[in-house]
Amino acid sequence: MSQLAPAADHLLGFARLLRSAGFAVAPEQSIALLRGVTLLGPRSMEDIRQAALATLAPQPDRRGDFDALFRAWFWGDAELAAEGDSDDETRVKDGNAAPEQEAEEPRSEKGGALSSGAERLGARRFAGRGSTLAAFGRALPTALPVRRSLRSVRTRSRGEPDLRRSLRAIARTDGDIPKPPKRRRPLVQRKLLLLIDISGSMKQHTADHLDLAHTIVRHAERAEIFTIGTRLTRITPSLKAADRDAALARAAGFVEDWDGGTRIGPALAAFLAIPRFAAFARGASVVLLTDGLERGGHAEMEIALRRLSTRAHRLSLCTPLAADPRFRPETAALRAVLPFLDDLVDGSSLEALTRFILSLARPAPAAETIWRKAS
Amino acid sequence: MSRIESIAPSPEAVAESLAEQRYVADEGLATAIFLAIRLGKPLLLEGAPGVGKTEAAKVIARMLGSELVRLQCYEGIDAAHALYEWNYQRQLLAIRQAGEHEIDIYDDRFLIERPLLKVLRKPDASVLLVDEIDRSDHEFEALLLEFLSDFQITIPERGTLAAAARPVVILTSNRTRDLAEALRRRCVYHWIGYPDAEREARIIALRAGDVAEATARAVARAVRDIRARPLAKPPGISEAIEWANAATVLEKGGSPWPEAFRRAIGVLVKDEEDLAYLAPDFDKIVEDALS
Repeated sequence: MSQLAPAADHLLGFARLLRSAGFAVAPEQSIALLRGVTLLGPRSMEDIRQAALATLAPQPDRRGDFDALFRAWFWGDAELAAEGDSDDETRVKDGNAAPEQEAEEPRSEKGGALSSGAERLGARRFAGRGSTLAAFGRALPTALPVRRSLRSVRTRSRGEPDLRRSLRAIARTDGDIPKPPKRRRPLVQRKLLLLIDISGSMKQHTADHLDLAHTIVRHAERAEIFTIGTRLTRITPSLKAADRDAALARAAGFVEDWDGGTRIGPALAAFLAIPRFAAFARGASVVLLTDGLERGGHAEMEIALRRLSTRAHRLSLCTPLAADPRFRPETAALRAVLPFLDDLVDGSSLEALTRFILSLARPAPAAETIWRKAS
Repeated sequence: MSRIESIAPSPEAVAESLAEQRYVADEGLATAIFLAIRLGKPLLLEGAPGVGKTEAAKVIARMLGSELVRLQCYEGIDAAHALYEWNYQRQLLAIRQAGEHEIDIYDDRFLIERPLLKVLRKPDASVLLVDEIDRSDHEFEALLLEFLSDFQITIPERGTLAAAARPVVILTSNRTRDLAEALRRRCVYHWIGYPDAEREARIIALRAGDVAEATARAVARAVRDIRARPLAKPPGISEAIEWANAATVLEKGGSPWPEAFRRAIGVLVKDEEDLAYLAPDFDKIVEDALS
């Protein structure tokens, strides 16, 4: 097939359109689409749609965008707006769904509210904490909690006998094995999950927290960062860039609920309801940066934290309010969740937070014990 | 190729042969299976737990008349579990027994076949199911990538073994993490969602043992209602089938209808908090579904 049919050109155009909208479409997928459509007939538009879905593999959470683009390209449907989610549910956004470079493009249609969020963060300037964070970043890889890996590596000295290599050595040296090879399961870093409250009441700390999050993503082997406010947003991919300002600006543009109300409970419930996200918490060190001031009842927050605590290796809540020596966990919400927390500590400054995160691997008495003594 | 063509001439034919195996596939799934078989690409099925991903692989194997070779993934799975392993004890024994004679210790006798090698040797007669690939780690995904693109395995002592034909491969994932883009793009992809109430009723009627049609329909409606709530573990299709079965058994044992559903709730919702959350509304859900 040296010359492509005009119809094939149209199909390839659709693949190009998807790419420009931020979908990852590989050339072999375009080829599979052409072959698939040929195989299916195609007898109808539905055949082309099914073939496109199967071969181009759009992420399930971007199916809405995909369908809209499909309609626009093949049916000439001008209406490109994505369907809105229902408002009473906590909205969830996953930073991974769109590739990093084009993060802003598919959302340009939503306009106003978004750009103002970026402006707000742009207005906050960070100064004088570079050295704290740099030292923190250097210390981080060795300071985080570890677990035994399930995969083994070859070692010279300690470990269990490596039968496979032993046998090869025996065969090679004719029955002689001067030094039996060993294998051992090394230590790997536990996941670190950082949940940042970005509601209005935490406004003055948000910039610090994002800075911290960026350092963690850059230096920890496995870390996931989410923001919680009225919505839940995964910002890990946006923070991956080396340049701090660029990474923070991108994350800022991606989050849509800056300085809004607080719905910690529903946001955490949404986090736990998505298996992929909930899996991040399993066996992880979970650090919640929030003041725990929940709007409305705290029943949902209590349930969510209980569930989180059963999954997590260690569940910590860092609240800026604890900087005050008179602070006691006496709000109804904090009292209710205290039994589930491993730590309830001061999160008012970068110094306090970095010191705490670096101490995560060291055992500490449960939060309840500490605060019972204090009061 | 002609055998494959005769088994899967069109998506509708695929859907029909699946239905013969008592598996109800929607158009999307039938098309994806058809394309995967005909294009010779692996089929990647994603979806919530309990929507019938593994079951789909089983019926595809039955439909093709092949043996299903299943590789269950877990964190830390590696080449020795997936590809092949040497039987070291036997090799050592053989060396000792041979004494002065020459012996090939890399003979087939000493090779333990693991799922991928097994499929490679009989590509026409087997279907490979790589189950819950999201549970494995990135290293294993990379290993699989090599296998899936060329369908060959390199054993250092023996050289490279390549499959004579392209075997049918099905991967499933619960989407507890993102799969590598490189893996996704090699596959034909389908997201299995929860079916609508009507199709679910058909599935229950087909799969459950001795369930009246009205019961199946009521169960499907109730389950759809329950899934719409924010639960820690929404019930899958298999749970719905079990619930229909359990309620029918209880009803035959003398419990009247709404009561039988309530008493069988333990097979549908398996989380204490979810049960507590549902309890106040449960009677209404069942009533609505029965009406």
